[in-house]
Amino acid sequence: MNKLPAATKKYVSFAGEIKVALVGCGGRGTGAAGQAIAADRDVRLVAVADVFADRTQQCLLSLAEKYSDSEQLAVTEDAVFIGFDAYKKAIAMADMVILTTPPGFRPQHFAHAINKDKQVFMEKPVATDIVGIKKVLETGKIAARKKLNVVVGLQRHYQRSYREVKKRLDRRSIGDIISGQVYWNGAGVWVKPREPQQTELEYQMRNWYYFNWLCGDHIVEQHIHNIDVANWFIGAPPVSAQGMGGREVRKGPDYGQIFDHHFVEFTYPDGQVVASQCRHQPGCLNRADEVFQGSRGSVHVHSGNYGVIQSKRGRDIYNHVGENDINPYQQEHNELFAAIKAGEHRFTDFDRGANSTMTAILGRMASYSGQEITWAEALASNLKLVPENLSSFKDTAPVLPDEEGNYPVPVPGVTRFI
Amino acid sequence: MRLLTILFISSIVLGQGNIVSENSFTAYDEVLASTDKLITIVPVAGGLFNMGSPEDEAERRKDEGPVHAVRLSDFWISTLEIPWDVYELFVYRNADTPAENRGEITLEIDGISGATMPYINYNKPGYPAINITQYAASQFCKWLTAKTGHYYRLPTEAEWEYACRAGSKDTFSFGTVSKSIASYAWYKSSSNGKLQKGGLKKPNALGLYDIHGNAAEWVIDQYDRNGYRHHTDLVTDPFQLGEELYPRVVRGGSYKDEPARLRSAARGYSKRSWKKRDPQSPKSLWWHTDAVHIGFRIVRPRALPAQSELTKYWIEPIKEY
Repeated sequence: MNKLPAATKKYVSFAGEIKVALVGCGGRGTGAAGQAIAADRDVRLVAVADVFADRTQQCLLSLAEKYSDSEQLAVTEDAVFIGFDAYKKAIAMADMVILTTPPGFRPQHFAHAINKDKQVFMEKPVATDIVGIKKVLETGKIAARKKLNVVVGLQRHYQRSYREVKKRLDRRSIGDIISGQVYWNGAGVWVKPREPQQTELEYQMRNWYYFNWLCGDHIVEQHIHNIDVANWFIGAPPVSAQGMGGREVRKGPDYGQIFDHHFVEFTYPDGQVVASQCRHQPGCLNRADEVFQGSRGSVHVHSGNYGVIQSKRGRDIYNHVGENDINPYQQEHNELFAAIKAGEHRFTDFDRGANSTMTAILGRMASYSGQEITWAEALASNLKLVPENLSSFKDTAPVLPDEEGNYPVPVPGVTRFI
Repeated sequence: MRLLTILFISSIVLGQGNIVSENSFTAYDEVLASTDKLITIVPVAGGLFNMGSPEDEAERRKDEGPVHAVRLSDFWISTLEIPWDVYELFVYRNADTPAENRGEITLEIDGISGATMPYINYNKPGYPAINITQYAASQFCKWLTAKTGHYYRLPTEAEWEYACRAGSKDTFSFGTVSKSIASYAWYKSSSNGKLQKGGLKKPNALGLYDIHGNAAEWVIDQYDRNGYRHHTDLVTDPFQLGEELYPRVVRGGSYKDEPARLRSAARGYSKRSWKKRDPQSPKSLWWHTDAVHIGFRIVRPRALPAQSELTKYWIEPIKEY
């Protein structure tokens, strides 16, 4: 820890300050901390927490590259917290907290932050199981009662192109949405190889993308962005889902439990059907975007500041010009800190965060089981993947490999919906 | 603050020995072993040319002058912007075997594990690979060198303009009148706002397709708007390596540009905003988020650089936070 670039001076409070704690010091958490710092001059990053010491160190080194001369990077050495309860110590020091650990821990961290009256930015998804979803919904009610701002990192809601398109859909520029297709088809993400000194639990938390209790599968962790747009544009979550999925290309112990593809049909309250595709297979056509057909036209959007609304005959009704639009990851922090600064309660993103996470989990339940599952059935489930009270890497991991190192992988038709 | 890192450099180990050099200076297809992919390479005989645009050229910008004499050595260049189906062989490394070894350069299979493709890319076969960093394009060259034993790198800015002009002194390689541009290039009003499959338009006199338009192309050099002013005497094989990550030069204009930006002498450059939607810190060394109009083609110098110079042209990675 001797290389930590943490400030050694004691932090001095000042009027108007917004003290921020970062919980989850990976690449995304580090990025979010930088965006918080950039959002307002009175932001002070005062504490960081992670289960991994090296992660806190890399995070602070990265932030120091940009902010070493800035008073805003104000993490003293005794405010770098390591371990399973580190989040409590960091949260205690802050007015506002950034929750960016793997999503399995989010419900617990969110509940603690709201219990301690903190404003919150938390990354999507907000849970990996139904018990977690329920906890987030309950916590959200408390947050609303306490008038605490909560922003969830479904950043398309803070992106100009999406907002401009949504505004026009609300004016019924394509009539009623009848159907849609949403995609996150890509090659996949990083893999962290097992290291000999690691306990099983530590290995899983390093290679977290491939374990459902931590990640939720890529339909939840990544494809949530596109599924969320369907819920947003249609104006409600789906009533049921049915679909298929499996592991075709990405197999073996290094890839834990998750599928490499899912194809799910979501049915919405007025009978609209949205087809959802997500794929982690290299060498195929990649696309991550959203398309909807309405009674009078269609809309195509993606995160590259792209938004085109067309009439049935293919005439452009709206074509967003967004080359110079602000980065939505910055915008979500700008708006959140403006609210905090103004002392106003403007953001209750936990509803959207929980509903869209729930929708993705519903999709996963459908593709894992091969059954049609209703929203009500899924919400009545007590699916619980995340153990409570983990306190050490010596604790037993919630899923264990067999003798050959393979983890249990869902099999449609065999895996039961619970 | 920037930080040079050697994290990924170790992925390919350069040892002693020789990369193949050749006596014949003709066109060939670089066939990528164990795949059906190939890259067509044509020779460009070196010589003397006037780089930059004269002051009376329509739509000229000041950074294109003064016109100055440049002498270039022989090199080969790819006829196409490198397409996705070839670039992905490098990204996923599934055409490599762990023990693949050209004697002097060893491929290590997991050396590119930072290169996960994070964003939307309509990565259709035959379409130029885009949204990749200049560093990633350089590392592709390094990988291709290791695979083939032929020394590849990005073109220098001077090589690029020389190959683009293909002997022409006019605004475009095909002449002065931009009326015929639709036969040669994809640009703003001809592309329908979309990147197009490579090689569909007429090539220039050297046989290079899409040298104007479609994807704009990385070269090695950093961008210096006053750079040409330093070249008062004849310069030979000039290039300017960058110390800073931005701006670096891109050439040829893209499917998003007006024809003026496709001129042989027009200079473009990279911007920090090309990674603005990367939510992580550090940001990806390999991918841009907002450079969907930037691709590259590759060059093979006929005379090999000195052993100590080989890696210099493959560019140092610079982390961005």
